[in-house]
Amino acid sequence: MGNVFLIAEQKDGNIKRVSLEILSELCRQGIATTAVVIGFGDLSKVTESLVTHGASKVVVLENEVFTQYNTEGYANALHHYLTPQNPSVIVTGATSHGKDFLPRLAAKFATGIAVDCVSFQFTGEKVAVRRPVYAGKCSKQVAFAVAPAIFSVRPNVLQTQMASKSAAVEKVVGNPGTIKAKILSTVASQIKKVELTEADIIISGGRSLKSADNFKILNDCAATVGAAVGASRAAVDAGYAPHDMQVGQTGKTVSPKLYIACGISGAIQHLAGMRTSKIIVAINKDPEAPIFQKTDYGIVADLFEVVPLLTEEFKRLKSQS
Amino acid sequence: MLNFSLSDDQIALRDMVRKFVQQDIIPNAAKFDESGEFPRDLINKAWEMGLMNIAIPEKFGGMGLGIIEDVVISEELGAGCLGMTTSIAVNTLALYPILIGGTEAQIEEFAVPFLSSPKLAAFCLTEPGSGSDAGSLSTMAKEEGDHFVVNGSKMWITNAGHAELFTVFCTTNKDLKTKGIICLVIPANTPGISLGKHENKLGQRCSDTRAVTLENVRVPKKNMIGKFGEGFKIAMRTLDRTRTPIAAGAVGAARSAMTYAKNYSKERKQFGQPIANFQAIQFMLADMAVNIESARLLCYKSAWLIDNGQEEQGGYFSALAKRHAADMAMEAATNAVQIYGGYGYTKEYPVEKIMRDVKLVQIYEGTSQIQRVVIARHLLKD
Amino acid sequence: MNILVLLKQVPDTETKIRITSDKKNIETADLKWIINPYDEFAIEEGLKTKERLKEGTVTVVTVGPTRTVEALRTAVAMGADNAIHVKVEETLDTYLVAKALAEVCKKEGAQIIFTGKQAIDDDQAATFGYLAELLQYPSVTLAVKCDVSVDKTKATIEQEGDSGAKSIIETSLPAVIAVTKGINTPRYASLPGIMKAKKKEIKTYSIADLGLGSETSKTIDSDYQLPPERAPGKKLTGDITTQVKELVRLLREEAKVI
Repeated sequence: MGNVFLIAEQKDGNIKRVSLEILSELCRQGIATTAVVIGFGDLSKVTESLVTHGASKVVVLENEVFTQYNTEGYANALHHYLTPQNPSVIVTGATSHGKDFLPRLAAKFATGIAVDCVSFQFTGEKVAVRRPVYAGKCSKQVAFAVAPAIFSVRPNVLQTQMASKSAAVEKVVGNPGTIKAKILSTVASQIKKVELTEADIIISGGRSLKSADNFKILNDCAATVGAAVGASRAAVDAGYAPHDMQVGQTGKTVSPKLYIACGISGAIQHLAGMRTSKIIVAINKDPEAPIFQKTDYGIVADLFEVVPLLTEEFKRLKSQS
Repeated sequence: MLNFSLSDDQIALRDMVRKFVQQDIIPNAAKFDESGEFPRDLINKAWEMGLMNIAIPEKFGGMGLGIIEDVVISEELGAGCLGMTTSIAVNTLALYPILIGGTEAQIEEFAVPFLSSPKLAAFCLTEPGSGSDAGSLSTMAKEEGDHFVVNGSKMWITNAGHAELFTVFCTTNKDLKTKGIICLVIPANTPGISLGKHENKLGQRCSDTRAVTLENVRVPKKNMIGKFGEGFKIAMRTLDRTRTPIAAGAVGAARSAMTYAKNYSKERKQFGQPIANFQAIQFMLADMAVNIESARLLCYKSAWLIDNGQEEQGGYFSALAKRHAADMAMEAATNAVQIYGGYGYTKEYPVEKIMRDVKLVQIYEGTSQIQRVVIARHLLKD
Repeated sequence: MNILVLLKQVPDTETKIRITSDKKNIETADLKWIINPYDEFAIEEGLKTKERLKEGTVTVVTVGPTRTVEALRTAVAMGADNAIHVKVEETLDTYLVAKALAEVCKKEGAQIIFTGKQAIDDDQAATFGYLAELLQYPSVTLAVKCDVSVDKTKATIEQEGDSGAKSIIETSLPAVIAVTKGINTPRYASLPGIMKAKKKEIKTYSIADLGLGSETSKTIDSDYQLPPERAPGKKLTGDITTQVKELVRLLREEAKVI
């Protein structure tokens, strides 16, 4: 296999797990991979974890501009660096940044793209990917007619794995080119939240929560296990939760290890956004709610009774371990 | 040349209203039903979408649409909430007398302003002592120079608490019976008008229903629509136009009741299987389907007849449509509650509201009994 | 100001997906089609921008088969001034769609381009980026607020970030702005709008008209599959406290997820 490049993503000097997930899978398939990191400052933790997860080579594109993310800057710098390398495959995590700069990079290479893939398979020189479409109501295989093949991989789908390898770390000055859209400021959320698409555990609420205030019981429960809190479209439309918490076809597609649906009936458009979760739990007082047909474990009862008990039980568990 | 399909525009209209109902009306219907609060914002939205006052002719800047469009709108709104349907539809009822009997100057002065802001109007015919026998009304209009002085009370007036204009039917001489009735347009802020309390109703709870009392209300003569003695005819011709959309609202309500009941019967399991497998349930659903389809066809036919100038025949068909739609919707809603069983009797599920709402359709704008009287009179006239 | 809004017609969110026998696509017969929900926000933002600036024209553009004209007419019924249809019967990949849209944007002299952050059918969320790059315009996605400066040379955008973060981005114009839920509440079409839309002439281009007759797709789709059905799980029994304890035990010991 030719020149395979992983665009690894870091934030504040910490590697995003999805980058390691992809790298581990490339290693399992025996693909020699150059990991490219964009950033500035101390990235030693990032480069080290890329090495320990099997990168054949790590390249850091350094520039003070890259203290923060920039769409055009990333695409320009990557294109500038990769063009002479004659890449055959470029892959990155389907995070909000990955989804943002990758199409621009693909356009620069005048090639195709496959976003948010759940698997990829190398066969000789060719790679084929599988990606969910229609919010996961089905999936399709995508092959690439021209090189480089460019795709992104959904977080939380592949397993990370250490590899006992050593690799060179090279630093190159990144060239951000012309930047027309600049970030003036970024404000983090007042409430510290776990990002839905990257969370291991999600606790979601539906319209049965009856008010925005009542989401507190989900927040309390989530806090005990480091979970993210999601919401159904009905709850968002009713104004109980902000839209960035919406799980489903017109919200976020998630695949955590554990998804706990509280008072969510299970409309097809919600199921589409969470059906690939490893374990699904439903708490609903309506025994006929369609969600129960998709769940591993179900409790037929009022969520206002169940959730506080669950919080207590999680707390007890944490205190034991 | 028989054709049962709606035009592309009518389909676009239907889809637009359906979306409005899905997104804005259904999620709010239970709340307004519970509180009885007037859904002003939703009515304003309906106005912005151009769903109100659609009959004002194009030459006055309106859309000049017919009954068929009203029928399409009403069925979709009725599928969401009949209380809101009624609140939205009443402008048409109150403005039709002006469009039917008014001069161009009167249409310009009284009806056209409704195109530029979401104002409401109310239709004042019924009185405490005259309901089905509308011709026996006794609100008195006395001539005094270039004015009428009106005294009397009106009952069950929809949107009265929010209306800026009333179309009021009164008599100048009770001895003349229906020939003594005139139609007056009276601004709501005219001195001497007082409103009763918002009636606490069984269903259609968010529609505003009140008594309107008129005490020495001075109305300029230029506000009389049509000639002396034409008032009753104007009222009847108005009702011939609005009866069919009312029927269509019931068709929409019945359609919703059937959809809810159908979906529930496929989910609800008893004796180890979905209750939809039982003939007792299937027959109820099948009857709903037959009745809904036939009532809709009657609505379309009566609307078509009126829109195509066959007013008398259209009036007859509107009675057929309303009698059938109102009664079948009541049956469909009652059976939907039956299919839901105990759950259906609670406010957790939407079918009991439909049952309460649809009951009113058997009563207002001509009871089911009056429709039969009209139908029979037509059958027996020669 | 020339405001362009790019939209796509997609199957309704309630649609049950069936796959064609050759597995190369989904069955499209008898589907109910809607405007991509994120593109509805884009239409509304286009109309709002025009209203705020008190001048301009909003032109909606789509790429797709004949049926997609319906989506354009709905957008006109909502208030768009003009509509352009790039008529293609076969499915194009993101690259080709972006190429076609880029040609239209050039022809129309677009000063700002709005679109949804992704279409909910193919879920690629890539057209906006391709298009911006092809036009050498900046792009901002996940926009939840967009203010165009009075002199129309730049826009200030609030962008939704991960974990509830918000960024303020300033961009020169022209630019491609991909919007997401929360930016506005799309208005409904209106009855007068429907009457107007009926009479509206829709400009139509073929791929050849746009000078792209020799271009081909860069990706090839195959082997559409439905996800494996999840076996129905177990409903727990006993009083609520027992059920909760049992749930936590199962999550820990059987599923091993906590």
